[in-house]
Amino acid sequence: MKILVAIKRVIDANVKVRVKADNTGVETANVKMSMNPFCEIAVEEAVRLKEKGVASEVIAVSIGNQQCQESLRTALALGADRAILVKSEDELEPLAVAKVLKTVVEKEQPEMVLLGKQSIDGDNNQTGQMLGALLGWGQGTFASKVEVADGKAQVTREIDGGLQTLSVKLPAIITTDLRLNEPRFASLPNIMKAKRKPLDELAIADLGVDVAPRTETLTVENPPARKEGIKVETVAELVDKLKNEAKVI
Amino acid sequence: MATLIIAEHNNSELQAATFNTIAAAKELSGETVVLVAGHNCQAVADEAAKAEGVDKVLLAEAEHYAHLLAEDLDKLVVEQAENFTHVLAPATTFGKNIAPRIAALLDVQQISDIIAIESDDTFKRPVYAGNAIATVKSNDGKKVITVRATAFDALSHEGGSASVESIGTTEHGALVDYVGEELTESERPELTSAKVIVSGGRGMGSGENFAMLEQLADKLGAAVGASRAAVDAGFVPNDYQVGQTGKIVAPELYIAVGISGAIQHLAGMKDSKVIVAINKDEEAPIFQVADYGLVADLFKVVPELVESL
Repeated sequence: MKILVAIKRVIDANVKVRVKADNTGVETANVKMSMNPFCEIAVEEAVRLKEKGVASEVIAVSIGNQQCQESLRTALALGADRAILVKSEDELEPLAVAKVLKTVVEKEQPEMVLLGKQSIDGDNNQTGQMLGALLGWGQGTFASKVEVADGKAQVTREIDGGLQTLSVKLPAIITTDLRLNEPRFASLPNIMKAKRKPLDELAIADLGVDVAPRTETLTVENPPARKEGIKVETVAELVDKLKNEAKVI
Repeated sequence: MATLIIAEHNNSELQAATFNTIAAAKELSGETVVLVAGHNCQAVADEAAKAEGVDKVLLAEAEHYAHLLAEDLDKLVVEQAENFTHVLAPATTFGKNIAPRIAALLDVQQISDIIAIESDDTFKRPVYAGNAIATVKSNDGKKVITVRATAFDALSHEGGSASVESIGTTEHGALVDYVGEELTESERPELTSAKVIVSGGRGMGSGENFAMLEQLADKLGAAVGASRAAVDAGFVPNDYQVGQTGKIVAPELYIAVGISGAIQHLAGMKDSKVIVAINKDEEAPIFQVADYGLVADLFKVVPELVESL
């Protein structure tokens, strides 16, 4: 079967983001960008399914500006067969992303779409579920284990109280949680080979999808600062502070 | 104007976060209606009807609603949504799983994990692991929202007298079948609603050493949490994880033991009222958010702390 993996280029997880002085957003100029960590896990899972003989082809897709090519090349170096870049200069909302992905799904006809459970910039955790609804497919969100057999995906999901297992009819949406797998690193020869793998570009305007924003971001501010703390020397002092100063025990 | 809240429950009682979601709904104009969809869940509807701030309860009973699967509940909620301007769910794994499906079916952009309500169409929500707070205005006709439970104080569970009305159900979509669940057994308070939390990180060294934190938690009536490092190392189950991708908590007191304080962990606990850090590395970032820091070997001071309480 064919697997489509959606990936997003985001500010690297280890960067401490800075809010712009005019409160319109966060600084993105000269900031290290990387593939969203949950998307790396999605690529890894797709590649593992291919290595197991479950998947025949893995297609990576990303929506964004020209630099998103780099993330797609990374996915190709990790084992994806080909890539699609849907070019858009605007940052799209999850609903618009889901609609764009739906057009790609209709064209490519994959039996599974793998996405990360959330991107670490917007922290929305919506796109996979929205795509599932738009396609009328079932979803295995927050997956920590995926097994494919008999036209179904058996998905173990991380839920608040523990783990839940569902059997989802294919075609289906799977969104990845942290513990699904440990993504591999791209080797140098694979990075070189990835440069020759096909990468198609589509212009978002040609897809006929309404991507107009539905929300406006009025301001982006720093979270309230915590007041500076103190260091205590002993356990007795700590207990005293918690009892008499903070009054929390 | 009216708000529909999708209740999270286990067919016998409401999950705590539903009450926080009701509290958020009360900041919006209009009636507050709770939808209880499940199987043999009359008790849940009765519980919701008694909650302060609830004007009406809608009850949808069907066998295929038993596990609150998004693929079966989404169409039910969309049918009901016709009469509402706002649809709210708690930002738990349940709410996060279902709310975007509802939003997509209604063709609206969902707003995730709100921490404040400015008006009926404007909300505050954290982005970038809580390192920035965005104020977002929705121009959609209907607002589909998930609510961060720790940002809204729950109203009383008693005193209300809403009516319970049974509503029609939707067909089983058969996209997904429930196989089973493996829930973590714990006698301690639930992590997301606990007043005190004791969390351990990589510094704990092993799962066995968490027994020490459990002793401390028992003395304080606390829940036990963990950093991703401790979960990945297999010291404790996944659902203990506090952070951007785990649970978001904001207790009165958060004691971080052997946790360095990565951005992703801080995202889940930095709204705690009082933070205590115990770490032997005085450069650990956790000390930048701690109200009280103790630079010491946790294996020495945690037993001492247990002793002195």
